[in-house]
Amino acid sequence: MELLADCSLLPGEERIIDKDIIYICPFSGALKGKVFITNYRLYFKSADADPAVTLDVPLGAIGRVEKMGGASSRGENSYGLDITCKDMRNLRFALKQEGHSRRDIFDILFKYAFPLSHGLLLFAYLSQEKFEENGWSVYKPMEEFRRQGLPNDKWRVTFINANYELCDTYPTILVVPFKATEEDLRKVCTFRSRGRIPVLSWIHRENQAVICRCSQPLVGMSGKRNKDDERYLDLIREANGTAKLTIYDARPSVNAVANKATGGGYEGDDAYQNAELVFLDIHNIHVMRESLKKLKDIVYPNVEESHWLSSLESTHWLEHIKLVISGAIQVADKISGGNSVVVHCSDGWDRTAQLTSLAMLMLDSHYRTLRGFQVLLEKEWISFGHKFANRIGHGDKNHADQDRSPIFVQFIDCVWQMTKQFPTAFEFNERLLVTILDHLFSCRFGTFLFNCESARDTNELRSKTVSLWSLVNSDLSFYQNPFYTPESNRVLYPVASMRHLELWVTYYIRWNPRIRQQQQSPVEQRYIELLALRDEYLKKLEELQLSDSSPNSSHLSNSSTPNATSPTQHITHLHTPF
Amino acid sequence: MLSSLGSAGGKSAKPSFVSYVTPEEIKSEKEPSRKEKHPDLLPGEVVFCSASTVLKYTQDDLSQRGVFGALLCTNFRVSFVSDEAPTEETGQLFKNKLYGENDIPLSCVDNIYGGYEDKKKLITGGLVKNKYPSKMIIHCKDLRVFQFSLSFSKEEDAKKIFQGIVHHCLEPKSLRCLFAFSYCENTSYPEVQRKKQTVMFDSVEDWIQDMKRTKGNCRVVSENSNFELSPKLPQFFIVPSNVSDEDLTKYQGKGLPMWCWSHHSGCALFKTASIPLVQEDNVPQTYMEKMLTAVAHNHLYSVKTEDLSDTLPAVQDILLSYNKFKQFFLIDNTTEFWMSDMKWFSSLDNCGWLDIIRQCLQKAVEVVECLEKENTNVLIMEEGGSDLCCVVSSLVQLMLDPYYRTLLGFQSLVQKEWVAGGHAFLDRSNHLHLKDKAESQSPVFLLFLECVWQLQQQHGPAFQFSETYLTVLSDSVHVPVFTTFLFNNDSHRDNILRAESPHTQRSPLNCPTVWDWSVQFDCKAQDLFTNPLYSEKPKQDTSVRKSYRPKHLRQLSLPSSAFKTPPKKGFFKDEADNLKKILGVKRLSRWMLSPSSESPQTSSSVREFYEAWQTKPLDYHGLLLPCLDGPSIRVWMQRYLRWIHDVQILGGGPVAMLSKVSEILGEVQELQRQLDRHGCTLTSNHKGARPRAKTASVIAARSSVRLSSSFPFVTSRNWLFKPAIPTSLLQSLMVTGMAGNLADREDDGGGPESLV
Repeated sequence: MELLADCSLLPGEERIIDKDIIYICPFSGALKGKVFITNYRLYFKSADADPAVTLDVPLGAIGRVEKMGGASSRGENSYGLDITCKDMRNLRFALKQEGHSRRDIFDILFKYAFPLSHGLLLFAYLSQEKFEENGWSVYKPMEEFRRQGLPNDKWRVTFINANYELCDTYPTILVVPFKATEEDLRKVCTFRSRGRIPVLSWIHRENQAVICRCSQPLVGMSGKRNKDDERYLDLIREANGTAKLTIYDARPSVNAVANKATGGGYEGDDAYQNAELVFLDIHNIHVMRESLKKLKDIVYPNVEESHWLSSLESTHWLEHIKLVISGAIQVADKISGGNSVVVHCSDGWDRTAQLTSLAMLMLDSHYRTLRGFQVLLEKEWISFGHKFANRIGHGDKNHADQDRSPIFVQFIDCVWQMTKQFPTAFEFNERLLVTILDHLFSCRFGTFLFNCESARDTNELRSKTVSLWSLVNSDLSFYQNPFYTPESNRVLYPVASMRHLELWVTYYIRWNPRIRQQQQSPVEQRYIELLALRDEYLKKLEELQLSDSSPNSSHLSNSSTPNATSPTQHITHLHTPF
Repeated sequence: MLSSLGSAGGKSAKPSFVSYVTPEEIKSEKEPSRKEKHPDLLPGEVVFCSASTVLKYTQDDLSQRGVFGALLCTNFRVSFVSDEAPTEETGQLFKNKLYGENDIPLSCVDNIYGGYEDKKKLITGGLVKNKYPSKMIIHCKDLRVFQFSLSFSKEEDAKKIFQGIVHHCLEPKSLRCLFAFSYCENTSYPEVQRKKQTVMFDSVEDWIQDMKRTKGNCRVVSENSNFELSPKLPQFFIVPSNVSDEDLTKYQGKGLPMWCWSHHSGCALFKTASIPLVQEDNVPQTYMEKMLTAVAHNHLYSVKTEDLSDTLPAVQDILLSYNKFKQFFLIDNTTEFWMSDMKWFSSLDNCGWLDIIRQCLQKAVEVVECLEKENTNVLIMEEGGSDLCCVVSSLVQLMLDPYYRTLLGFQSLVQKEWVAGGHAFLDRSNHLHLKDKAESQSPVFLLFLECVWQLQQQHGPAFQFSETYLTVLSDSVHVPVFTTFLFNNDSHRDNILRAESPHTQRSPLNCPTVWDWSVQFDCKAQDLFTNPLYSEKPKQDTSVRKSYRPKHLRQLSLPSSAFKTPPKKGFFKDEADNLKKILGVKRLSRWMLSPSSESPQTSSSVREFYEAWQTKPLDYHGLLLPCLDGPSIRVWMQRYLRWIHDVQILGGGPVAMLSKVSEILGEVQELQRQLDRHGCTLTSNHKGARPRAKTASVIAARSSVRLSSSFPFVTSRNWLFKPAIPTSLLQSLMVTGMAGNLADREDDGGGPESLV
């Protein structure tokens, strides 16, 4: 019991079982200790290692639980449990080979790690956590559209999907070309995979170029055409007088062609004469899943020693990142040039979400703020139906489900690459990104649960669970980047070259104790120290000048001048050393 | 631009004639008569040849755009002078006073290629027999790439300039032709007061001081001050106290353990040039044993030896690896760049450069472990004793001694280990293009800087100098002005400088060293050499440290090495027998093999050592160890990517963050000054306002330029840029080999959607 003292339970969290166990730590060897399982987490603390080794794993991060060895297995610590986690680590526990010692813990783990497969509720529905902030109010679609200057004379808001009748995976509020009638929308709906019609995601304030997102057209083998769809895309083009609408198909062209066999396809030249189609060559969810699996193989438990770089290259993970980022750069560049674009892949909920949200992050500095980034995720990923439930497999025991894929992890990696290249352009820090990924799996918050808004409504998600943003916004300073220098209207173009892309070591290899986990980067630490020193000196100086008993009060204002020249005022400066 | 084609300007004033130019050069110097412009020549600089209406291609794109101007070759540089009126260079803060962005010091030319239509041919010197190429491509040692079109110039001029540049850049020449000599003769270069500056290790006092600083207890040898003992030995050096006078001169200094640094426990690091062991002759072995005994005697009768020739790559392999490595950065055009981007990681891996860096760092960590953990003396050796010995010994000192992580300390370290230590800078750089020295060329010093960069990258706040400082230092090796890099050893330097002196009887020629940074950069630019993250050690700490080291500490830290034996008589005899056996199989290496060879035991020992160190709180003024894991050893981005337009992160890069730190640092320092002033002049009421005015003007100057990741080497001029969009992407993904053809599958393979 006292072992659990340093692990405070969450409100609503309940202990299920505790047990003496041996944790086979890949870094420090077999460690005797105690494991506690609650309805939220697995917690282990070693008994005799100094300093104590602890594990604190939300059950949601567990992807697979297996029995290892049998009652008759030979060798030390060969009988126990093997746990595969979704967050780039595996855990191994050994037990005594007597009296089915692992049966109860295996059953409990299996049940509580995969509650949905056992008729139980996800922890988010059991949590009693309370926060000062209500994260569910972060994103209000109408407010966000209004911020973008919408509706206007070219774009209107439609409530046609209020009951999810037009498209069950879209949000209720959509922005469409002003000239398109509700009837037009219904017709277009029949020609787009799963009814995901082109709708506006973002509009450029000055040149009125728009990013629209949708799914593939249902062209099929016979090369069907749909006049309504063709006209509808032309309305998008017309809205700001774009000469040629650019359609970015995120897929490699071969895949787009192959999709015709299953009724999908792409916009042909003949049918869409005022549009140009560009393939962005980003691979599908299965390729990405295998790529990350390979990456895990070379970093966990130990970092591949011989030919590290070649091994890294053979996972193709960074290459995929490069393709996604360069796709987004092309979208952002087109928009900056005043041309509207339509982005789609097959269904428009994986690669499309990556491209539109990254492009928006490059174009709109609002999304680089702490709250703006939350809005971006709520909007482009959550409300537009990225299938979080299927991609992550929350609470589901079927670890081999082919629908699982780390698309969102890949997106967050792309964001991290951008923050790395532009360390002063984002209000949030790396901690926020890691926190987001941790709770992508944890099931502690409702934020990333379910596939789409209609499912969230049915399950009363927003009234019964807490949002991740409640946690984040109640402690904003923890997620703040001290170097942040707001620069509105600046388009950020990261460099999508392998030369600048790097493996996100502090996420993917964070379990390895040899990768030094610094609470704060030394640069950040130094900066904060200097800021504190400056404030201290300013105060001293002020005091000194007060005690100077200066007859002229203007002296006082002079003394505070350096304060006025705070970092935001002079953005760059070349004269002091570094 | 083309309008200036025919405008032949007046003949410019001829530079003053200097007598040391060889006759053949005087001839070529007289011929070009229609010079239009030339750069501002340095003292002692003369123009050899020139051509007008040369087109310099804009480096960063494939289009055949460029700027017209004159191309010249002087005794210092290849220079391109644009016909266009010099635009107001904003942010030309980091200007090198010796050469500009369109100048290439002759020693900085790496390769010259002739461009014939679509082909590119490496020019290896000599007369170009057949057709003169219409295009000249110059790859520089600082990784710049220049492309000139000669097809708009007069054929005769084009030939002449091409031949001239090839001749002066690639043909063998004598040391006296290097620009340093004419430059120094023509500049009254003021003697700097070195006392407050870098310790040069050119006097016996410097050595004594350094030994005292580290509390070493060895013998200072000053008998070689006129190179009477041996020209191969440094002017001054330190050996174990048991080395006798006659030992000093045997084998021309080979086998003589040279003191590098003393650990506070009393053990020390020595280096030596190994003696080739001849089977029948027993003499070198006896001598070697005696020397080992002398080293062992320094502290606790323990010594470990390491032959770096056996365990680290040879200098030729270092060159081969670097030659492959640098090709990734010498980019002629955008297409080529993006092509090479596809296989970037594996190419990097295959050239082995990062692995060589890792091996050197690992070796240094092993030595550190011996000194720090086992408190045993270490003798590192290699043939010559002045290449990898210098790399390893300097790295060891950087890891153990915070003094060497200050700017002046680092410069002193280079003086001690490399300059006085007799690293053959001239042969290794082969500035003279001597055919018989081609074999000895190798970027060993650069390798050292690479290792330092890795350390600095991992432990930024521990270093007083910046990344920019290291980059500039690596460039300066190829600027033939500094005595630091022009010679092979002390006596070589002494001889030449004396012979070249204008006042034959008196002092040697007074040339600047690279540490005289004001020769290249003004004060503002030099500000960029210091690292804003560095925080000095609090003053009080030093006193604590002094008292913290009582003498009995030595006894407490008993060594665990195999060489530890009670100091009784007869031990050395046994030891010598033992050593004889070891020497007999010519493997002195007692404890390590390279990480690539099968020796998991030792590499895991290093890992344990690292892990033990890592669990302790990090003290930037204490022992520093590098992490050697794959992801931790990286490419020195600033040095290698600075000129490649497509990878410049505009408004980003680490500099964006560091400049903010500097900013605050500046403010804090200014406030400190104000506070100090207040302390002194509390009675005066009329100060206060002045610093404000100054700050304001500084701020005004700041905001005009936006930084890029290539700062300070390239300042971006226009901000309305197009992003670099990678080409050749599709081919890059080799997903075909993937099992089950995942790439061809549907994202959501049909079936009803399962909404939970």
